[in-house]
Amino acid sequence: MKRKILLTGLAATSSAWAQNPAVGSGGAVADEYKWLTFLVFGLIISLTMFVTYLAARRVKSTSQFYAAGRSVSGIQNGWAIAGDYLSAASFLGIAGLISLYGYDGFMYSVGWLVAYITVLLVIAEPCRNIGKYTLGDILAFRNDPKKAKTVAAISTITVSIFYLTAQMVGGGVLVKTLIGIDYEVSVIAVGILMLGYVIFGGMVATTWVQIIKAVLLVAASLLLVWFTWMPYGFSLPGFLQAAVSDPKVQAQVAKLLGDPATQMSAAQLGQRFLEPGLYLKSPIDQISLGLALVFGTAGMPHILMRFFTVPTAKDARVSVLWAMGIIGGFYVLTLFLGLGAAINVGALKISAIDAGGNMAGPLLAQYIGGGAQSLLGNLFLAFVAAVAFATIVAVVAGLVLASASAMSHDIWVGVVKGDKATVKEEMRAARISSLIVGVIAIIVGIAAKGQNVAHLVALAFAVAASSNLPAVLLTLYWKRCNTRGVVLGMSIGALSAIGLVLVSPNMTYPNVVRATNEPLVASAAAKSAALSSELALVTDPTARLPLEAALKASETLRTVAQTKLDQVQGQSTSLMGLSAPLISLKNPGIISIPLGFLFVVLGSLMVRERRSEELWEEFYVRQNTGLHAEGANEH
Amino acid sequence: MSKPAPDWAAIHADPRFLDLHRRKSRFLWGLMLLSVVYYFLLPIGAGYFPELFKIQVWGPLNVGLVFAFSQFLVAWGIAFVYERRATREFDVLAAELCACYSGVRS
Repeated sequence: MKRKILLTGLAATSSAWAQNPAVGSGGAVADEYKWLTFLVFGLIISLTMFVTYLAARRVKSTSQFYAAGRSVSGIQNGWAIAGDYLSAASFLGIAGLISLYGYDGFMYSVGWLVAYITVLLVIAEPCRNIGKYTLGDILAFRNDPKKAKTVAAISTITVSIFYLTAQMVGGGVLVKTLIGIDYEVSVIAVGILMLGYVIFGGMVATTWVQIIKAVLLVAASLLLVWFTWMPYGFSLPGFLQAAVSDPKVQAQVAKLLGDPATQMSAAQLGQRFLEPGLYLKSPIDQISLGLALVFGTAGMPHILMRFFTVPTAKDARVSVLWAMGIIGGFYVLTLFLGLGAAINVGALKISAIDAGGNMAGPLLAQYIGGGAQSLLGNLFLAFVAAVAFATIVAVVAGLVLASASAMSHDIWVGVVKGDKATVKEEMRAARISSLIVGVIAIIVGIAAKGQNVAHLVALAFAVAASSNLPAVLLTLYWKRCNTRGVVLGMSIGALSAIGLVLVSPNMTYPNVVRATNEPLVASAAAKSAALSSELALVTDPTARLPLEAALKASETLRTVAQTKLDQVQGQSTSLMGLSAPLISLKNPGIISIPLGFLFVVLGSLMVRERRSEELWEEFYVRQNTGLHAEGANEH
Repeated sequence: MSKPAPDWAAIHADPRFLDLHRRKSRFLWGLMLLSVVYYFLLPIGAGYFPELFKIQVWGPLNVGLVFAFSQFLVAWGIAFVYERRATREFDVLAAELCACYSGVRS
């Protein structure tokens, strides 16, 4: 797990996870407490099913299906945005990063909140005033509708599929890790549940599932932080002092630093945990990822779509404010969750169950409830696990709805039928599209088993930032922007982001894998042999214990490295036929985002388009005043 | 659209609309620039000025942590300032324009 882009560390660990023999097949929850987990899962799923049942009776029109009749309030939508946005990668991944790497994990979480400034200031309100259901609607207003809708739909589906794959793999791994259900079964369960919400309840059910999930997520985090922080009298320096003086934390820093750590005192090692550089080693990559987050969130189709569910632009503004409060507050809490897990559980135990640290939160919950052998501990663990599961389902539902809308509303109705379809026809198209996207998500999720899909989330944000955002922003604010610019900019923005990742260190390079893992296997084998011979001479059981533990750790290390070698056996080049990466950058944003903007501008300057310029005055007045904006359904 | 369309060109040329546009643009892009610059100081600082981030200010609490916490406060602050100005000024100006033109038939 040396990835710098760890947007879903969860998914990243799937390969290490699948082959790690040190991990029991039973999952983190002990067998005698499985019933408890199923009970909590069952309760939460029943609640969301009931909401879907209520919603299904309301969803009779396209406006209900795509936009919940535009009758969601600002506060409700704020919670739903938080539910749509905070994926398992945020909940489990960031707390895990903090528990293993301290400061860098916390710094990493900041960009996810700052991203909403862009959404608030320049995207949410104009899009609400101009748009109807999709990204394509916004771009089609003053550009050639068919071309704009086609390119917007392709981009929406691309971004969503990248993001979906990471979520499906993450969900499968999570459920397997926690309760030991087969990976394939978990992926299918996530897929079917999410399809149920989307097909029967459309945006109405999706909104409520996201709200329920966000409330549960915040409640679970508050509960955990309360009990974690209470022993230190809710003092910040007191809590930090406990973290830096903890021997487990100091040992983790020593392990991360290697040789230089021998020169440092225990206190210095502990303090080092709160300083940058233990995890993120390349500042340029960090800045590039930051750019993708700050500009990509505003171009995420499933986030944009949420602004069509409120009655007015003012409600869209209120919903972003609530979302920022919830999302920001949540990330502050993850600092306590992560450090709490580092103190109470310890990095060694956390990474033994999952190398990416994703089990930090759940293990902390178990500890706070009274430990692995207690009923309350397992109840807490079950609750946190169920919340994580609900998290994945809610995010996946939002993504499926966004790509299904692009398929049915933009492509089928807008392009194929030339905007002439009855409500009944479009509803059927929307449901069939949801089914198609859902089935694709399940198939891709199963096909990607054991693959490293962490960079797909970063890629989804990079594509959204390089393709959707330049097109939307310049369409909204630049009179001269036209169809040629939008089509050219979106294509080049998206293709350059994807292309750069294909030649980046994110891909697997067999020669590089061999160069790093062959010495590891050799040294671990030598260490194991030395330990074995030492063990043969020791008979005292208490003296044998540490040696046996060291032997087990060394064997695990050897197996993991050997598995990586086996995977690349007989190969010499990456998927793209390269023996080494062409660029050192893992995050393409810093190159692809400027390219996206540049080509929207160049494309627009190439031709003059009467329609896009003639409609400018109406477009600009409408986005600023809300005159003639799509209103709420009368119910 | 069943409602008759207002004269968009007339609104666009209306001095009150131009005034709204000018005030909004300056304010929004200014805030946007501020937030982007402030945010990128974090990865730049952590990457290129780690010694600064390591200075301890209150027990184990160091400049890096304080700066990371301040990112949350600044983001919320920008959102708050925008909300105030949008509600008190931009919404009022837009509502005046709407009231003035929504009765106009073209």
